[in-house]
Amino acid sequence: MNIGSYSLLVARPSASLGWWPRIATGAAIVAVLWWAARGAQVSVTELSKGLPWIGDFLGRMFPPNWAFIDKLIVPAVETIQIAIWGTLLAVVLAVPFCFLAARNLTPNAVVFQITRQFFNITRGINEIILALVFVAAVGLGPFPGVLALAVHGAGMLGKFFSESIEEIDQGPIEALRSTGAGPIQIIIFGVLPQVITAWIAVILYRFETNLRQATVLGMVGAGGIGFELVGSMKLFQYQDTATCILVIIAMVMAADYASTRLRAWIQKGAH
Amino acid sequence: MIKIRGLNKRYGQFDALKGIDLDVAPGEFLVVLGPSGAGKSTLLRCINRLTEPTQGDIHIDGQLATADRASLRKLRRQVAMIFQHYNVVPRLSVQKNVLTGRLGAMPSVLSWLQIFPRKDVAIARECLRRVELDEKAELRTDTLSGGQKQRVGIARALAQQPKIILADEPVASLDPKTSRTVLTYLKQASRDLGITVVCNLHQIEYAREFGERIVGVSAGRVVFEGGPAELTDEVLSRIYPGLPDPNQASGSPARGDEPAVDVRKFAIEEA
Repeated sequence: MNIGSYSLLVARPSASLGWWPRIATGAAIVAVLWWAARGAQVSVTELSKGLPWIGDFLGRMFPPNWAFIDKLIVPAVETIQIAIWGTLLAVVLAVPFCFLAARNLTPNAVVFQITRQFFNITRGINEIILALVFVAAVGLGPFPGVLALAVHGAGMLGKFFSESIEEIDQGPIEALRSTGAGPIQIIIFGVLPQVITAWIAVILYRFETNLRQATVLGMVGAGGIGFELVGSMKLFQYQDTATCILVIIAMVMAADYASTRLRAWIQKGAH
Repeated sequence: MIKIRGLNKRYGQFDALKGIDLDVAPGEFLVVLGPSGAGKSTLLRCINRLTEPTQGDIHIDGQLATADRASLRKLRRQVAMIFQHYNVVPRLSVQKNVLTGRLGAMPSVLSWLQIFPRKDVAIARECLRRVELDEKAELRTDTLSGGQKQRVGIARALAQQPKIILADEPVASLDPKTSRTVLTYLKQASRDLGITVVCNLHQIEYAREFGERIVGVSAGRVVFEGGPAELTDEVLSRIYPGLPDPNQASGSPARGDEPAVDVRKFAIEEA
């Protein structure tokens, strides 16, 4: 079809029904979007009505209260500490099980299924929900935050670790087996050297994610800078809130930058 | 040294080995010759039970080989293996790869911590000297060439101080000149140390050159047993059925140093 000096080039569907299946698919997508918008009350008029309020809110946040930074240093450091231990405990939980959850090393299908499902379940529950549970169990403070990150992170890392083990070259494993080496010797000398750089990269990535998550854990009382964020909003100190948000953004960007550089450096070293 | 009786191996509907009887004398360099898919690898892998035989008995040094864990590890300490694709661990140093040959014989827990008995380190060094790679001991193994990697594979096998070395197509991925070097190292070391070698090859000229005795395997059966001189054209057409003229297709003496078809292919790939 020609439109002025342009041509519309669309391949004709090869199916015998022509365009009908595509029209039906398009109509179905539109129907689902409409249905979801009704349920989620997505509305342009509401948004336009709310815009002045959003503007008002941002106005109250400006200028950020820079003096509040003094009070944020301790919770910000605590956030980093939560992320460090959350990541470390996740690694400690994931490593012993990941070998059992790798198809090529697992002793049998039952163990494989149990460990895989364990990782799936822990990964499936959001950190905030886990934090709520652990706050109820061990009380307010940063430690339930650490536990929440550890459990969720263990599922995440465990799945990744076991999948990276499944991708290794089987040859050296077989060679070690044929020397009469034991299972743990095979893991240490045959498996770990093949996966370790990939593991370190993903642990760094996990730390970055944990730091981001740790900034909001405080909202449910699990320590870190999120507690100050929610507190300042509850007291209508929006200029303090603005400072909190800026500090969080700065922390996340710094972690993102550092871990990206570190991962690039490690990957380069691997070749 | 090895006594095999009525060995069968079945994969689903396919009979890989059909009643193999074979005796290997102590200190002998036996070449198993045959086309790809004849069952040579399966035969070797049944000897150290990387593959579990369907039927038949294998005696090693007078002992009936069984599949239980303890006797399996004991068996594998005595029987070393060399692989077509070297199966060295790329990210470990040359020396550590050779040391993995000692894993079955050293205290496990110390080896997990990378602590090795000095006696075992000395053995590894000695084995590296035999394949003339002692200068490369500290290098990472993935920096070596294919032929050097296979020499590391030989050193690792020697480090086990085995009674038997099983070599599964050790030179199939190497060019003709390197192949001869590698086979020379293997033969020299095994002769010096009195180790029995069973070596799978598909190149007739290497079988003639290095084999003290040759066993021809075709379609899962032993079709020839004898010295290199008895390897006539009539015998070759039995080992390689369907070849109209063995002189044409598989490098007979008339063609001298010409590599067999597969070797040439691999040499091109490596280049």
